[in-house]
Parts: sequence; C-alpha cells; structure tokens
Amino acid sequence: MSVARRWSLPLLLLLVAAACKKEEAQPVAASPAGGGAVIGAALSLTGPAAVYGAQQRAGIQAAVEEVNARGGAKLSVIVEDDASTKEQGITVFQKFINRDKVSAIIGPTLSNTASAADPLAQAAPVLAISNTAATGITDIGNYIWRDSLMEAQVIPGAFKKAQEKLHFKTAGVLYGNDDVFTKAGYDVMQKALQDLGVKVLGTQTFAKPDRDYNAQLTELTAAKPDVLVVSALADNAAAIVSQARQRGWTGPILGGNGFNSPAFIKNAGAAAEGVMVGTSWNSSSQEPANQKFLANLKKAGVNPDQFSAQAYTGVLILAEAIQQSGGKTGRADIEAGLGKVKDLDTPLGKFSFTPSRDAQHEPSVQQVKDGKFQIVQ
Amino acid sequence: MGQQVLNGIFLGSIYALFAVGYTLVFGVLDILNLAHQAVFMLAAFVALALVADAHLPLWVALPAAVLAGGLIGIVLERIAFRPLRGRSDSNISGLISSLAMATVFEAIALEIFGPDTSRFPQGTFPDRVVRLGGATASLLQLCIVGISVLLMALLTLLLGRTRLGRQIRAVAESPRAARILGVNVDRAIAFAFFLSSALGGAAGVLFGLAFNSISPDVGRGVELKGLAVIILGGMGSVPGAVMAGFALGLVEVFTVARLGSSFRDVVSFAVLFLVLIARPRGLFGRAAAREA
Repeated sequence: MSVARRWSLPLLLLLVAAACKKEEAQPVAASPAGGGAVIGAALSLTGPAAVYGAQQRAGIQAAVEEVNARGGAKLSVIVEDDASTKEQGITVFQKFINRDKVSAIIGPTLSNTASAADPLAQAAPVLAISNTAATGITDIGNYIWRDSLMEAQVIPGAFKKAQEKLHFKTAGVLYGNDDVFTKAGYDVMQKALQDLGVKVLGTQTFAKPDRDYNAQLTELTAAKPDVLVVSALADNAAAIVSQARQRGWTGPILGGNGFNSPAFIKNAGAAAEGVMVGTSWNSSSQEPANQKFLANLKKAGVNPDQFSAQAYTGVLILAEAIQQSGGKTGRADIEAGLGKVKDLDTPLGKFSFTPSRDAQHEPSVQQVKDGKFQIVQ
Repeated sequence: MGQQVLNGIFLGSIYALFAVGYTLVFGVLDILNLAHQAVFMLAAFVALALVADAHLPLWVALPAAVLAGGLIGIVLERIAFRPLRGRSDSNISGLISSLAMATVFEAIALEIFGPDTSRFPQGTFPDRVVRLGGATASLLQLCIVGISVLLMALLTLLLGRTRLGRQIRAVAESPRAARILGVNVDRAIAFAFFLSSALGGAAGVLFGLAFNSISPDVGRGVELKGLAVIILGGMGSVPGAVMAGFALGLVEVFTVARLGSSFRDVVSFAVLFLVLIARPRGLFGRAAAREA
C-alpha cells in the first residue's frame, strides 16, 4: 500500500509538471530592455491551493502591466507552479535564485510551503514577498517580507464584530491540524474566543485530504454551541460548511482567512449563506487604487478576491521599492527600498510595513449574502 | 452515539462497495489492481459530466457511470493485465502496470477536469433530512447505504447462482482446471473486471455525491482504506470485504470523534495489524479466501 502511494505521487507530479509545462516558465511580459527587474512568482497553480494560486497569478499579471504602462521601473515576471507542496516550492525557489537570477520572489501561496522555501531565499539572499498569513514566516530572516495580514491581525477584530452582530456565548471549533496556516489560524481563534469570553464547548480536527467531516460535525453540534468556528482552506471549508448544513446545522459559521475566496462560495453554494469571515481586502472600497485594481481584473476576466488583491499589491510594493532605491534593481537595493515603503496606495488601503516586515493596513469583516461576499459595516 | 453509528455505517457502506470490487479481482487473478481507485475516480467524473454538462437526471447518470466504470475495467484488463498473463512474474508486473494505468487515468482526469475540486450542481439530489430515533440522516445518505447493500447483494447472487458466476469462481480456483472444463478463461476474467470496476465506479459516484467533492486524486485515500478492508476481510473474500468495510467505517468515525482526526488512520491500521497477528488470513480466513 505504501508502495503505491510512494510511487504514484512522484509519478503524478511528473505528469502534472509535464501538463503545466506550456504555461510555466513563460515570462508574462517580455524582458524589458534597459535592465528592468525580473520577479519570480511561485504560485500554487495545481494542488489544494490552486484556487488561490490562479487568483494570485491574475493579480500579479495585472499589476505588472499597470506598472509597466505607467513608466518608470520596468518589470517582468516568471510564473512557476509550486504545486501546493513544500518539495515543489523548494525546487521553484532554487530555479528562481540560481538559474533565473531574479531580483525578487513573490510567493509561495501557502504558509506551509513558505516555511520550507523561504529559508532558501534568506540564504541566497534574495528578497521574498510572502502572501501567506501564518505567524512566524517573517521570522525566517530580514529578506522575508509579507504583504498579507496575519491571522492574528484580522481574526480578533473580525470575531469581535461578529459577536456584536450575533451575540454568541458558546462555540464549537473545527480546524485542520496538518497545515501550518490552518493550525496557526486555530491558535489565534482560540485566543480571540477566550478574550471575548466565549466558552468553547468542543474542539475537533481534520486533515487536508479528508472528505468526510460527519464524525467531527456530529460531535460538535451535539453540544449545541451558538456558533461554529472553522479554520480551513477553501476546498475543505466548502465541504465542511455543506456537510454542516446537511447535518441540519442552521446556526452561524465563522471562518478564517482560508474562506476568503469566491471558490468557497461557488463550491458551498447555498450552504455558504451567512458565513462570516475577517478579510484584509475591502472589496467595496471606493479608493482609486482599489477601483483601478477592480477595473484591471475585470478587464482580465477574473472575479477578484483578497488573494489577487494581495498579489497585485506585492507587485506595486516592489515597483515602489525600486523607485525608492533610485531605479536600481539589485537584490540588496530592493530590500533597502522596501524599508522606505510607507502609506502606499494599494487595493488593500494605505500600505506600510511593521518593523518586523509584516503588512500593516486596516482589515474588514465580510459576510456571504445572496451568493457574494459583502463587507459588514 | 446513535448518530455516530449511522455516520460509520454510511462511510462503511462506501468502503465496502469499493473493496468488494477490489477483492473480486484479487480473488480471481491473485493480482492487486491498483488502478481500482482511478476507475472509482473516473466514474465519479463521468457521472458529474452527465449531470452537470449533459443535464441528465441522476437516476440516468448513475447507471450510465456505473456502466462506464465497467467498460473502463474491461479496457484496463485488456491493456494492463492480459498482455502479462502467463508470465512467471505476472503478479508483480501486473501490480506495476495497474499502477501505471492509475497514473494515466489520473492524468486524463487532470487534463479534462482540471486539478480543482469539482462538485455536483446544487439540487442534484433532493435535500431532505430523515429522523431515525435520536439521529438524523439525509435522504441521500440512506439511499447511498441502500444502493451499496443492493449492489453487494446482487454481486453475491451473481457469483453464487449464475453460470457466469460459477465460471468466475472456477477460474479463481484454478484457471487451468477451468480451461480444461471448457470455461472461456479470458472472457471470465474480463467479466470479473467489468463487475469489479462497475462496483468501484458505483462507489466513486456515491462518494462524490456523499461528500460532494471530486478531484483527480480523490481515489487515493480510499485506495488505502480499500486495501486495509480486503486484507482485514481476507484477501479475495467478498463477504469478508463487506463486513470489514462496515467495521472500518465505524472504527474510523469513532476514532475521529473520540481521539481526533490525527488518529484516523493510526487506529484503522492498528486494528488491521492486530487482526493480522491473531488471524493472518484475515477475519474470513482460509476457507472464504478461495470463494472468489
């Protein structure tokens, strides 16, 4: 049995890699004349995180076009698939660092992958802007920056707002315990619930490949909590929410960052109604930077979400860093330039970095209504 | 408690249905068909395509997908197993060629359906909750258990009472003796593959409906469970696979609920391990192991 698993995975990966060859390794924009910066984007285009990777790719491509159109720093980007795995993430990082000699890397998509691949960037050193949300990623070193808010920056506020609306006092918690990000999300949620004085009646776990959550949901709902709290990636989240509704759960559900994807709503369908989640991107913001982002993504035929907004912001930040360092695109120049990015207008709002190289901007709360995320005022 | 038993029976019925086909081929050929999980996955996708793209009702799509699963099984046998038959090392080479076919099938599904999780459209099956004592089950879950049990009963009947079933059992006993007695061995084996894959396909469609998520790698987790089930039940024993399937479903549900999901496979395989120490031939020992 283990033989089958051990063989089928690498074989499959090979095939996947072969199948993706044509879209991989293709610079989105031709390398600009006069020495522009080359950015490597390590994104999960296949695997469980593919729903996020596709969004991020769209965001990055739109941002590169915009930056190049407005003159100044010229950028080109090479997109590679990290296949949602640590192993492939490391391979892609090695390629970017040694073969493509990129100025900076955006990605990878999952915190899990970042925890394995980012140390390579730090050792090179080449700048890596992470789009992931688990704590600890930027602790890897001074070349690792992050433009997405950590769960710890989003969830406490989101839960507080949710409690004001829903007045819950007890909760049942379900989280994925085999993933850095969903586990980190759980830790933050647990603390947030405790701070709000919410009593946790039961805690259950699942693993990423699981499809059946009936056992866990039965245990949790048997205790009759006021609210279900779930830390999961979008694919699992959709299945969990559907099965909870099938079980007859009609109460509210609070999610983590993994829920922030139109794919979640599409897959969960009617079951998603009423699900509340903290988000770092206010989709209905009227700020010009956000309106421009929405228009750009619409032009590309993509229904944007938080992940495309963050990836898009990553490119804007890099362009700004190059600007700040006087147009120089060396790895160290960009790193120095990043330190000077302050109150930059992005789709996420006024963007700055914290002293620990994490993102700093205003988070929001959104709820699924009529099949769409709507910002809770 | 009652609810969890129900959850276990529900999960177990799918494992059992998957494992019955798995063990049937093993009983006949003494070869593990590692592509069984890929047939499971492809049939689920066929049903999905028929429902979502061709807008057929489920009661048409389900039998059609089961039939498609059976036909894929015949192709599988023709490509991966028949050319190797009669070689001295056909057990190992068959295992490897079936692994190759599994990979090919997964790649085909990846190419056609993409890596994302696909789902049946809303309202494919009426959303109705049925109360049974203190527990609740959806109509879908009850139908899935019902269909599984029905299919397994049909298989038992077919193997026990029909001419073809007798031929399959004869081939399982000894292909050479069966050939001398005038049985068309190739045809019997092809038919065993058809049955096996049709049942595996049915399990795939039901799994896809039950958990509403189908992806090219959906069969892999079930494959391991299926293997545990057929070893537990006694390799090649159909009734053993049925019993072990339900047992594994129950063990898993209670493990997850009481000990946490990290122990899901730990406990399942620990049980398997202990049973093998106590009864090396599985629960339905030697006598049943030859039954087909």
